[in-house]
Amino acid sequence: MKWSLHKLAMMFGAEGRKAGPDEETQAARDMKVLKKTPEEAAKRKAIIAHELEYPLVRNKWKYRRWASIIIINLMFVVSYSWDVQLVEGSLSASRFLGFHMADPNAALQVMLAMREVMLNLLIGTVTVVLVWWLVGGRAFCSWACPYHLLAEWAEWIHLKLAERGWVKDHPFHRGMRVAIWIIFMGLAFFTGYTVFEYINPVGIVSRALIYGPTVALMWVIFLLGVEVFFSRRFWCRYVCPIGLTMGVAGTGAPLVVKYDLSKCVHEGECRAVCLVPHVLDITKMGYASDTTEYIAPDCTRCGLCIDACPQNALSFKVRGLDNII
Amino acid sequence: MTAPADMTPKKEAPAKKRLTRRELERRRLLLRSLGAGVAAVAAGLVGWFPVARHMFDRLRPPGALAEREFLAACIKCGQCVQVCPVEAIKLADGDEGFGMGVPYIDPRAQACDFSCDAVQCVLACPTGALSHLIARKEEVTMGLARLARPAQCLAVQGLGFKGLARGYDFEGLMRQEEIDRWTPIPLAAYPYDVEICDLCVRECPIEGAIRLEPMTNVEGDKRHVPVVASSCVGCGACEMVCPAEPAAIVIDPEVTRERAA
Repeated sequence: MKWSLHKLAMMFGAEGRKAGPDEETQAARDMKVLKKTPEEAAKRKAIIAHELEYPLVRNKWKYRRWASIIIINLMFVVSYSWDVQLVEGSLSASRFLGFHMADPNAALQVMLAMREVMLNLLIGTVTVVLVWWLVGGRAFCSWACPYHLLAEWAEWIHLKLAERGWVKDHPFHRGMRVAIWIIFMGLAFFTGYTVFEYINPVGIVSRALIYGPTVALMWVIFLLGVEVFFSRRFWCRYVCPIGLTMGVAGTGAPLVVKYDLSKCVHEGECRAVCLVPHVLDITKMGYASDTTEYIAPDCTRCGLCIDACPQNALSFKVRGLDNII
Repeated sequence: MTAPADMTPKKEAPAKKRLTRRELERRRLLLRSLGAGVAAVAAGLVGWFPVARHMFDRLRPPGALAEREFLAACIKCGQCVQVCPVEAIKLADGDEGFGMGVPYIDPRAQACDFSCDAVQCVLACPTGALSHLIARKEEVTMGLARLARPAQCLAVQGLGFKGLARGYDFEGLMRQEEIDRWTPIPLAAYPYDVEICDLCVRECPIEGAIRLEPMTNVEGDKRHVPVVASSCVGCGACEMVCPAEPAAIVIDPEVTRERAA
């Protein structure tokens, strides 16, 4: 219980940490002891040496995800430009085959600004939360958000530049996202304007795709510039309140990434590619609480770690389905 | 941090403990986060400026709540844009601050001619920013037409009009019931030939909202003046069709009227 709370707390800015003695299972303790033996250490060393020689390149989930982001956003574009009325609106609110959908973060701001609960908006929000809860709330980020795709490309440039030593990643405190979330919700309530929507790159990009380019895209380009030259995945990691809203909405989601301690060689490939590496702190030597474990709710289910892990220690699982089958 | 400084034991006040590299890094991170957080909030609040200064008095779509509530309630999805058969509704750009992504109508380019019969944009609105209390076009209060440039008005000059109201390359659409009940046609495909210009009266979709009155009782005086009744809803059809350049009749958006009142 305490360990689950810790995993939840990481979403609100808590640092990743080792599972304490009272949070470990006996099996995990035994496995950690076994992993410390010289034979096991030698075995791991050999595996890692082999991997460095023959690096694994796998992009299965990445390309599926990119396809998903492009298809979802293209559905909006095509629906309007060809007038097929499949999904009308933009990512902030829409009707999918007539059913209301609403971005929970934007809907919450509107309701706070108006100090009123609008029925259609509530229906749309509940629908969206339910749908995304099934696949893990923040799956929205990596499987639907158009800004995420742009940011992924910016991240690729950032990493290339960092490799050459031309730029350096400046991390921020993840608690900043929580503070920003509270401040913008407060601003909506007290000023009566949906202030965050003015700087929301998701809305700006989505509308620009559907209704044509706008000057507001300059803001998105500026943010991408910050991510390329100053701080890796700045917006998604440290700022975006939508990510936090979706993360909270997806807590306890059925679809999760599962970690298998016995397969892991603690090389850290997964943490190197992850958008939210704190959720993968359990893959550090001695950090896990159990021999198999579900990744914390801040995970965006992007699958980069699954592709990156040469030992297949990480995989997509439906919670509890293993026990049933 | 030079080598000799490290070797010579220095007397330092205990309060001024030197921070380790790790602690320094941590302190920088926290300061950076504070700065970025403040910057993000400040960037958001920049949007207040154009709104507070009333830099844009936009004609809002039918059923829009009072400007302040409208900006609060609009979720900026553009569903109203998508349902409008004449594509009269546009979304504002970033220069309008909190009004960014919020719908407006530029009646001179494309007025709302109610060719959708009911108010489709109102039905499409998921938040009620376009109020669902409105069901008929006569109930709309977007603004009010005003003869802003009487000297420009052809009727005031006692002139007729022959030809295309806005030229052959004007892209605006308008429904002409006798031609096609269901599909609006380009204004550029609908030539007029009238003895006294009464295009604003002809194209007004609201019964009795505007009429042409003779300026004098003198026989042979052809001069007329368009008179706007209080039943005018502010759709802008008159402003779009007005052949004078710039338009003699314009719409005062509700937000301007509210402030003037």
